[in-house]
Amino acid sequence: MAASFRFYTRHNLVELLGRRATTAGELRDGIASVPGASIYYHTHRFLQQHHYLSPEPPNDFAFWVTTSLGLDALGELLASVDTVRCGRIEDLRARTLDVLDAHLANGRTRTTACPEGEDFHFMACRTFVLPTPYQARDLREFVGVLDKISIHSIYYHVFEARLRLEKGVNDFSTWFEALGHPDLARAVSRLDPYTMTLDGLRKKIIGEVQRHVRD
Amino acid sequence: MSGIKDYLPFAGEAGVEELFLLAGRLRGRPVRHVNSTAVGGGVAEILTRMMPLLKDLGVETRWDVIKGNERFFRITKAMHNALHGGSDPIGAGDFAFFLEVNRENAREMDLADEINFIHDPQPIALVEERSGRGGRWVWRCHIDFTEPQPAVWEFLKGYVERYDCAVFSAPAFARPLGVRQVLISPSIDPLSDKNRDLPEATVQEVCDRFKIDRSRPVVAQISRFDYLKDPVGVIRAYKLVKPHVDCQLVLAGGGATDDPEGAKVLEEVRREAEGDPDVFVLFLPPASDVEINALQRAATVVLQKSLKEGFGLTVAEALWKAKPVVASAVGGIPLQVTHRHSGILTHSIEGTAYWVKQLLNEPDYAAKLGANGRVHIANNFLITRHIRDYLLTFLSLFESKDIVYL
Repeated sequence: MAASFRFYTRHNLVELLGRRATTAGELRDGIASVPGASIYYHTHRFLQQHHYLSPEPPNDFAFWVTTSLGLDALGELLASVDTVRCGRIEDLRARTLDVLDAHLANGRTRTTACPEGEDFHFMACRTFVLPTPYQARDLREFVGVLDKISIHSIYYHVFEARLRLEKGVNDFSTWFEALGHPDLARAVSRLDPYTMTLDGLRKKIIGEVQRHVRD
Repeated sequence: MSGIKDYLPFAGEAGVEELFLLAGRLRGRPVRHVNSTAVGGGVAEILTRMMPLLKDLGVETRWDVIKGNERFFRITKAMHNALHGGSDPIGAGDFAFFLEVNRENAREMDLADEINFIHDPQPIALVEERSGRGGRWVWRCHIDFTEPQPAVWEFLKGYVERYDCAVFSAPAFARPLGVRQVLISPSIDPLSDKNRDLPEATVQEVCDRFKIDRSRPVVAQISRFDYLKDPVGVIRAYKLVKPHVDCQLVLAGGGATDDPEGAKVLEEVRREAEGDPDVFVLFLPPASDVEINALQRAATVVLQKSLKEGFGLTVAEALWKAKPVVASAVGGIPLQVTHRHSGILTHSIEGTAYWVKQLLNEPDYAAKLGANGRVHIANNFLITRHIRDYLLTFLSLFESKDIVYL
């Protein structure tokens, strides 16, 4: 018998690294050397702050390269880095650097500077994880809690657990598997959470669980 | 005064519950805020609203105000201007006097609390006390820090680096420093007179009082009469729009009447607007929060065409009212407006006029921007988020890892 699922939540404190970039070359050098928490922050900030928009805007790197440097093709490539296929933040950093290095190899766009006042500021985040009073003993209770829990909790169990804590899979799927529902675990881990809003994700997971219970 | 439970409609049950969870982790760690004024100014305003809420959450907290004479505040005003890039002269004697006043205050204050949260440069040197009295120290900088005058910054930096961390309002204010730097944006209070919901009759009454015709589109900039807010640029942008769309322009705001520059700006604005009955230049007296609220709600499009900006909370106020906003990409504005997602960012008079025309002619798109903007503010710029960030900052003083399990 699997243990109850305890819902946690998390909040981020944003830290400023005091480092900035004005060209794609400087962005590349910054990405290569900032802490992993900064790569995580810049590839997930939009998701957290703009989770009402669907489809989500791209990551900070892509957004800045497109809107402030006017390098649309490079921006598109950076936006297309498939975060869901990266199991670790270092994989994400490496893929982002590969895109930048390939594009900047010709040297023409490396030194294009952004307009004054639009520098890219490297930031990072410190994450605080804390237990909520909610837990679920079975799928029915799980749906009841998931429906009312804050989006920060959903975010923690899906994004933070998989990539930042490097568990490779979201917490919900791990619990479904332990509960003896491997099909449901697979269905939820197949979802690409980067292509929907957090509330959309909430509804999708609830839908999957309800379908599974019905079947 | 509102209690934390009054914010349930904005932060949600889970959001308020999480604030209680975080506050509970601070039990036994009293917090002392120190600033330089009890009334007037943004810092006093936010502390006045925040203190009861922190107490409501169970955080043991108090607020002290340092004392200073006219010379001290003249020096701190010059420092403030210097941090904005101004060039008011500050001599060696002034720096010495500044320190003397800080030390005098330190002698009279019981700085034995576990967390000392010092606001802005005026009381910055209180941190000299930490060697004798211990505790954790946070310096909160509320002001624009983009181009600080080197001599003043060097002087302050010597003190900033004695703190455990420094808190800034916008990424552009970060500096290479030997201490942690945290980003905490200011916030608006959805229950204040400036932001609370207003009955339609109040909005109409305010418009009637100023003779604004609500059957035609209203473009508004609600901001102090200050060169940095570029009110003349706003009128020029309006003049480019007017031949294509029959709209009105409202420029409303306050400003110190004894500020010779403010009066000069107002005079220039009136001259630029002369002869056009559809331009309303409204110099509002203090305590006009309901009027400001009503004018923002009456606007079809809200502008904030600043040349320089600390954070620009007027943008958050307009977005909270679900208004489409066209604003300059300066200071903290890009944190509030993501171009073409939650508003429009521009760089020129022509660009501003272009986007105002677009939004007036495409009300569905404008409405979508406004709706997105309101949700963005609800999620990121309300006072409850501000409190959460403060609680996290306090908790971070006792942790060194990137991921902290509480």
